[in-house]
Formats: sequence, C-alpha cells, structure tokens
Amino acid sequence: MNHQQPLSYRSAFMLILKRDLTIAFRHQDDIFNPLLFFIIVVTLFPLGIGPEANTLSRIAPGIIWVAALLSTLLSLDRLFKSDHEDGSLEQMLLSPHPVFILVLAKIFAHWLVTGLPLILIAPVLAVLLHLDENSYLALMLTLLLGTPVLSLLGAIGVALTVGIKKGGILLSLLVLPLYIPVLIFATSAIDTAAMNLPYSGQLAIIAALFFGSLTLAPFAAGAALKVSTN
Amino acid sequence: MWKWLHPYANPEKSYHFTGKLLPWFNYLALIFLTVGLTWALLFAPPDYQQGESFRIFYLHVPASILSMGIYLGMAIAALSSLVWQLKLADASAAALAPVGAVFTAIALFTGAAWGKPMWGTWWVWDARITSELILLFLYLGVIALHNAFEDKNLAGKAAGILALVGAINLPIIHYSVEWWNTLHQGATVSKFGKPAMAAEMYWPFLICFFGFSFLVAAIASVRFRTEILARNSVRPWVKALVLAKEDK
Amino acid sequence: MQFDSFSDFLHMGGYGFYVWLSYGVGFVLLLLLVLISKTQHNSVKQQIAKRQQREAKLRQAAEQHKQENKISTDKVSTEASS
Repeated sequence: MNHQQPLSYRSAFMLILKRDLTIAFRHQDDIFNPLLFFIIVVTLFPLGIGPEANTLSRIAPGIIWVAALLSTLLSLDRLFKSDHEDGSLEQMLLSPHPVFILVLAKIFAHWLVTGLPLILIAPVLAVLLHLDENSYLALMLTLLLGTPVLSLLGAIGVALTVGIKKGGILLSLLVLPLYIPVLIFATSAIDTAAMNLPYSGQLAIIAALFFGSLTLAPFAAGAALKVSTN
Repeated sequence: MWKWLHPYANPEKSYHFTGKLLPWFNYLALIFLTVGLTWALLFAPPDYQQGESFRIFYLHVPASILSMGIYLGMAIAALSSLVWQLKLADASAAALAPVGAVFTAIALFTGAAWGKPMWGTWWVWDARITSELILLFLYLGVIALHNAFEDKNLAGKAAGILALVGAINLPIIHYSVEWWNTLHQGATVSKFGKPAMAAEMYWPFLICFFGFSFLVAAIASVRFRTEILARNSVRPWVKALVLAKEDK
Repeated sequence: MQFDSFSDFLHMGGYGFYVWLSYGVGFVLLLLLVLISKTQHNSVKQQIAKRQQREAKLRQAAEQHKQENKISTDKVSTEASS
C-alpha cells in the first residue's frame, strides 16, 4: 500500500498560494509595474485638470479608484497566462482537487501582490490630490474591501480570454463594465465620509459584493478555464 | 416536456423547423410594423405635454424593452447550454447577441433624440439611460468574445459564461446606478393589464411592440440557422443541403 | 388622421428633426442588421460548398493517382513476366 495521502483542501490552497507568491517575487517588475502605472496615472490628472486644491479634492476619490481599476486590469493578464503557456494550468485542472480551491488560491495570490501594495500606496497619492481629511479611513476601507472584488471579477475575464492570442484589449472590454458597481459605491462612500456623514451603508454593499463574488466568481472562472484550455 | 423538446435539440430538425417558421415571422413582422407604425405616426393623438415628439415613444420603448428581454433570453439560453450541455442553446445565445446590441443602440439613440427637445440635452446621466449604456457594453463584450474564438463551439461556451456573469451583474449595476437622482420619467407601461396612458396611444404601442418582437424573431432565426450551419459544417446533412442549393 | 397636409406630417409640430432622426437611424440600423445577417448566412453556405468542392477534387486526384500507379505497376509486372 504505497498510496499517497490526498492533500486536504487547505494544504492544496496553501501549496498553490506559495507557488504563485514565489513566482511573483522572482519577477519583481510584475509587482512594481502596475503600482508605478497607478502612481503615474494619478499624477497625470492634476497636470491635466490644474492644481486648484478644491477641484482636486472634489474628484480625488474618482481618480484614485479609476486608476486602481486600470492598474488591476493591467496586472490581471499575469493571473493565468504564464501557467497556460507552460501547460501547468492544465495539470492543475486535471488534479483531483476542486477547481474552486485552485482558482481561489491563485486569485488570492494575485491580490496579495497587486491589491495590497495599491492599498498601501493610496494614502500618499491621496495627499497629492488634497483628499479631504475625513475621507482617509473610508478610502482605505473601500480599497480593502473593493480590490479583492476587482481581482475576483477580473479572474473570470482572464479565464475567458487566456486562450486567445490578443486577449489584452478584449479583457478590458469584458471586465470594466463589471467593475462599475464597485466604483460607484466606493467613490460614494469616500464622498460621504468627506461630508462627515456615516458611510457604513456603502461599505456594507461593497462587502456584499465582495462575499457574492467570493462565492460565485471562482466557479465561473473555473468553468471558463475549462473552456479555454479545452 | 423533454420528450416533446427532444427532436428540436437535433440541429438538422431545428434548422428545418426555424426555416419553416421564418416566413411566418417575416410576414407577421411586416404586417404588425406597417399597421403599428402607420397608426403611431399618422393617427395616434399627440401627447398633451410633449406634442408630436411623443411619436418617438413608439420606437424608443419597444426597443428598450426588447433590449432587456433579449439579454434575458440570451442568459437563459446560456444557462441551459451550460447545465444541460445543449449545443443549440449556445448557438441561439450567439444568434441573439448582435440583435440585442442593435436594439440597445436604437433605444439609446432614440432616447437621446427624444431628450434633446424635452429636457434640452442629448445626454443625461440618469439611472436608466446609464444602465442601458452599460447593457450595450455587455452585449459588445459578448460579441467580441464570440468573434475572438476560431472554434465556434468554444466561442459559444465562453460567450455563454460571460452572458451569465453579465446577467447576474446587471441588476446590481442597475441598482448601483440608481443612486443618482433621476430625471427620467417613471415607467409609463408597467403592466399589460393597466395602461397608465390613453387607449389610443396604448394600442399602437402594443402593435409596434409585437411587430418589433416578430422582427427580432425573424432576424434571430436567420442568425440561428447560420450558427447551426457553421457548427455542423462537416455533417452529411449540411453537405447534402448545400449541394441541393448549388444544383438549383 | 392627425395631420392636415404632408408638410405638416413632416414638420411634426416642430419636432420633425428629432422624430425623423430617431426613425431614420432606427430603420438604417435594423436594415443593416438584416442585410448583414443574410449575407453571413449565404457566405457560410458558400464556404461549406467551396470546401466540399475542394475535398471532392482532392479525392478525385487521389483516385486518379492510385489508378495511374496501378497501371504502371501492371506494365512493369507484364514486362517482367515476358
């Protein structure tokens, strides 16, 4: 009886997470480039609109959030692409573990290397844009709850386009409309916070979006991966 | 019901079945649209507030209802193709997407052309208009994804998943967009039984609506037949069909 | 009939431009959709027919080739036997 003990769900999850993080830390520009893109996009807006502090603080939530959407979109490509190219993705799909676990682990790794740095750098950019002082906490909270949603929904789009040669532009066309609710509620929460009003309602809705996409998006992404790898 | 449906899950049977239905859809669309639009443009009374500009209503409202209805149909087709592995279902989803996109575009454009004289502006960031615009983006995404695949069977599956994800998101998008104060008037035609408007406006609207619906059915069946042929091009019955056409 | 004359009908109580713009664009878009759907249907049929012809030609060529081979081998065998 030389049967290997099958991996538990948790150890399968941890294994993929570790693997993806190791790969990400070996290619460090994959972490820094989207971050740099985020910073540059945010700096472009004051240059285009003008340096008036009032205007900037009025539009700061929108700018930061739109830049966050775009930089997430840029980094999404890496989520499945290299694994698809070297065939390891097919191996993972063939493994006895549910696809849900594998996809979730990959998405979580993606969020750790792209979403988290974004949240850490956001307050600095908020200073550049003269964001209202009351809004900082709201900005951090919405980013904390919102960026995982971006990674989760984006994973569906990447999974659908991973087999297509020029999937990059197509990906943005598919994914950006799905990001609209997050954008609306996040910016509205930050705006409400600036007026010193309670914004827990918006946060609750973003949290609902988070848990909804957490349960559904890995299924959809798994189904899409099966179509793409065929 | 499954026994009854079974023969139509066969591509050849449904190709011929839709071929038989197609002329009926054509005639019905032609008759209903001729009667409905003549009534709407010539005989229906002008609105007491909006005057003759109200005649845009007879195109705008059917187009917007159908734009959402077609998306719903597409999502149901996509769901049944994923759950029951019906290949024909994703062919019909693929056939519906461009039709829905065109009706969404018409709804948006006529809305803008109606808004200009009524509200003084072509575009308002009102909840329903914005949702309609996003609906157009979702349609275009499905079409683009469908075109990006060489293999039409894969294309249908991928586009189906996207259509379903969009269908789950659509209500969320709609309610999130409703956060803005809306300039748009309330729903005039909410229930079929209780028209909120005068009968002499309601009837031409209803006839126009059915006319456009039959037009959708006609275009969708032509596209559906195209999809079936493209997916079954190596089957003997398709070869025989094409040969018979050549001989004529 | 709500209108007294044809020009009245075109004028639409001052809203003529908007009404006819809407109906015109709607008509053009639907017409394009119908035409594109029909041409796509025909082109798919033509593609299938073309591929069939090509396949038939290839099959014919292959058979011809086989027969020629057979004849030449027959010749060789008769020559050898004589």
